[in-house]
Amino acid sequence: MQNPEVRKMTEEEKIKQELEEKFSYLKDTVVVKRSRRIFANLSPEKFDEVFAYVVKQMRFNALCTITGMDSGDTFTIMYHLNRESRIVLTIETSVSKNNPAIKTITPIFPNADIYEREIMDLLGIQVEGLPAGRRYPLPDNWPKNEHPLRKDWKASASGKETQNA
Amino acid sequence: MHDPRDVQVPIGPQHPALKEPESFLISLHGEKITDATIKLGYNHRGIEKGCEERSYIRDLYLVERICGICSHSHSTCFVQAVEEIAGLEIPPRAKYIRTLISELERIHSHLLWLGVAGHEVGFDTLLMYTWRDREVVMDVLALISGNRVNYSMNTIGGVRRDITPKQKEEVLKATGILEERTKYYIWLAQNESTLLERLSKVGTLSRDDAERLGAVGPTARASGIAHDVRKDDPYAAYAELDFKVITANQCDVYGRTLVRLGELMESYSMVRQIMQKLPDGPISIKAPRKIPAGQAVSRYEAPRGEDFHYVRSNGTDKPDRVKVRAPTLANIQAVAKMLEGGYLADLPIVIAAIDPCFSCTDRLISLRQTDAQSKNTATWESLRLKGIEWYKSKGIDFSSLNKKLAESL
Repeated sequence: MQNPEVRKMTEEEKIKQELEEKFSYLKDTVVVKRSRRIFANLSPEKFDEVFAYVVKQMRFNALCTITGMDSGDTFTIMYHLNRESRIVLTIETSVSKNNPAIKTITPIFPNADIYEREIMDLLGIQVEGLPAGRRYPLPDNWPKNEHPLRKDWKASASGKETQNA
Repeated sequence: MHDPRDVQVPIGPQHPALKEPESFLISLHGEKITDATIKLGYNHRGIEKGCEERSYIRDLYLVERICGICSHSHSTCFVQAVEEIAGLEIPPRAKYIRTLISELERIHSHLLWLGVAGHEVGFDTLLMYTWRDREVVMDVLALISGNRVNYSMNTIGGVRRDITPKQKEEVLKATGILEERTKYYIWLAQNESTLLERLSKVGTLSRDDAERLGAVGPTARASGIAHDVRKDDPYAAYAELDFKVITANQCDVYGRTLVRLGELMESYSMVRQIMQKLPDGPISIKAPRKIPAGQAVSRYEAPRGEDFHYVRSNGTDKPDRVKVRAPTLANIQAVAKMLEGGYLADLPIVIAAIDPCFSCTDRLISLRQTDAQSKNTATWESLRLKGIEWYKSKGIDFSSLNKKLAESL
């Protein structure tokens, strides 16, 4: 009775297998959490190589969004890609807290623009190569160096009025 | 040499053509739009940050308030992620009730959209008709949940309210009425020449552009992309329901209208199937207060397209990160493309055609203390006084007007 589910599982397993065969350093870092959900962990140096391969050769050619988070010592960046709107592959990488910077992926996904600006505003991570544009989502007169999604940022601690411009 | 026909027009953040605050900078050559840049963020309320500071159950009510129209979408998308991390398998009856509310919400949202679209092209009769009809489904939603919006049906581990046989009857009756009305609107869309000519070839978005810019929902489906999370990545009870993914190849506002009308018909059929198949049994299971460490990606086909939530937990009763990507944020990037090459007069309907919801899009803001003694809350009276003072500081004083009004009564 479970046949359709089993067949789908093999597709996810195949993706895991292909990734691990192509990139030996990915061994044991690709996890199939459930049907249609795969998570992979990458070191920043290997990111470009794997990301380009996954998008161009493995048909993960749609970007759902990018999630950034403060993980204590580092920032975690997650790229959520999907294949034919079915299987979601989350590629996780980290970036140091000293002068945090990532490279833009807008040459591959033009729609990454707004997600990258969101990370810039809310976490204070620089995105190299992102063309000039208007900030998102904080107001233009938001104080510099205040990034609300950092864990040490508290709403009540920053008392400046930004509404009465 | 500067061409006097080249001008830049700022539209918004406050503008009669816009239903919510967003701002567009439109470059024009005569009447034609040559470039459009969009600035968002005016509805930023800090909900993602807020989620990190609250328990899961409180977050459920907070994410429900990301958007009024697709409140059930966000709460279901979030609760699915939490349940996945906690390893909770909700009872079948709960799955069906979630799906029912989800389709009723789509019906009310698409009818609302049809009215707005009619209004934007000067066809206000259509607005009056569809919004009158929309009341039928709003009444049904109120009957089931007690609320017209923010239904609060979800809880971690299932749903909070059951469906009684009497409610079942009402839902089926409403579905019958609305189906007849929708058939008329489909006939109208196919035969009414003002609608046809006003919407065709307006706000075009090719299939390639829709894919490249990551459009979702009816916007993508009207450009021939047959993606629907309900089909592609089934959740709740969708795997057990029979329905078609409606697409159109017009790639314009007319196509988006046809897709939504077609989806309404599918929703009516789904509501009937749910009522027929509704399994017996409990509607929820007990959920732990603390959620074990883990992560989950949850997707949901909201009326406007794919809603995407990512939740990471750390073993406590509060999440480490909640990320929300509402469908409008995915679609808004295609809007600039749709506007380019079109006429300025088409702008309202082109923007309306993605069925934008900027509250969804700009989830985050921070509560700011305006004075020390009031802490983080402002009373209605203090807001009113603040408003009066603010206008006075700008040289506008309404107090004499108020006096006149009081005397005349």
